[in-house]
Amino acid sequence: MGKTAAAIPCSEAVRQLWDYLDQAIAPADQERVEYHLSFCRRCCGELEFAKEIRHFLASGASAEIPDDVRKRLARFVEEI
Amino acid sequence: MREIDARDRTKEAFQELVRTELPGLYSLARRLVRDGAEDLVQETLLQGYRAFGQLQDDGAGGRWLKTILVNEFRDQLRKRARSIEEVAAGDLEDFSLFRTLMDDDPLPYSDSLHTDFLDAFGREDLREVLMRIPEIYRAPLVLRYMDGFSTKEIARLTDAPLGTILARLHRGRNLFERAMWEYSEETRMLMRDRDG
Repeated sequence: MGKTAAAIPCSEAVRQLWDYLDQAIAPADQERVEYHLSFCRRCCGELEFAKEIRHFLASGASAEIPDDVRKRLARFVEEI
Repeated sequence: MREIDARDRTKEAFQELVRTELPGLYSLARRLVRDGAEDLVQETLLQGYRAFGQLQDDGAGGRWLKTILVNEFRDQLRKRARSIEEVAAGDLEDFSLFRTLMDDDPLPYSDSLHTDFLDAFGREDLREVLMRIPEIYRAPLVLRYMDGFSTKEIARLTDAPLGTILARLHRGRNLFERAMWEYSEETRMLMRDRDG
C-alpha cells in the first residue's frame, strides 16, 4: 500500500482505535491506523488513553455482594 | 428413594456452584440493570437449577450461569422493547475524552492528567456512569470489556447480528467517554479531589 493511499485523518484513526486494539478491523485498515500512528503523536496519546480506559473498565468488574443480598439469595436457592 | 438421593445430590452441587459464583453473578446483574439486579439473579438461579443437568463441564459453571443471566436480561429487554433508545450516531462521533481533557485541563497541577482523571472514579462512580448509557449500548460494553465475552459470543447471547453488536460497541464507547466527562463535571468530583 502506498503512503498516500494509507493516509487517514486523525478523526478516522481515532474512530478506529478501539477496534484496532480489539483486532476487529480489516488488515488494510489496521495498516492505515498503524501508518497514521507512526507520525501522529496526539493519536498515539489517544491510543494509550484507550488502553487505560479498557484497563479501568476491566478493573471495575469487581465481584462483590452485600451480606443481606447473599443471604436472601442463598435462602432462595435452598427453597427452589 | 434412589431418585430422591440423586435430586438431593444435584441440589447440593447446584448450591455449591451458586455459593462460589453468586458475587460474580450479582455484580454482573448490577452492571446490566439499574434496578432489579436481585430479581434478575433469582430468575437466573431458577433457570440454572432447571437446566443444571445439561452442564457438562463443572469448571465452566460460572460462565454458564452468566450466560443464562445475559439471556434472561435480553428477554427482559425485549419485553420493554418500546423503551429502547437508539442514539443517533452523528452527534457522537466527534467526542474524544482524551482531547476534551487536554483542552479543558481540569487538573492543571497534574503531570499525568488522563490517568489522574480515571483514578478519580470510584466503583460507584463507574456504575453511575454506566447507568447513564442506554441498555442496548451498555450491555455489549459491559460484557466485552468488563466480563471478557467475545463480540461473537455477545452477538449469539443477545441474538443480534455481529455487525449490530460492533456498531453498538462503537456507540457505547463514545457514550461512555461522554458520560464520564459529563459526570465529572456535574458532580464536581475533580474539584473535590483537588480540595482534598
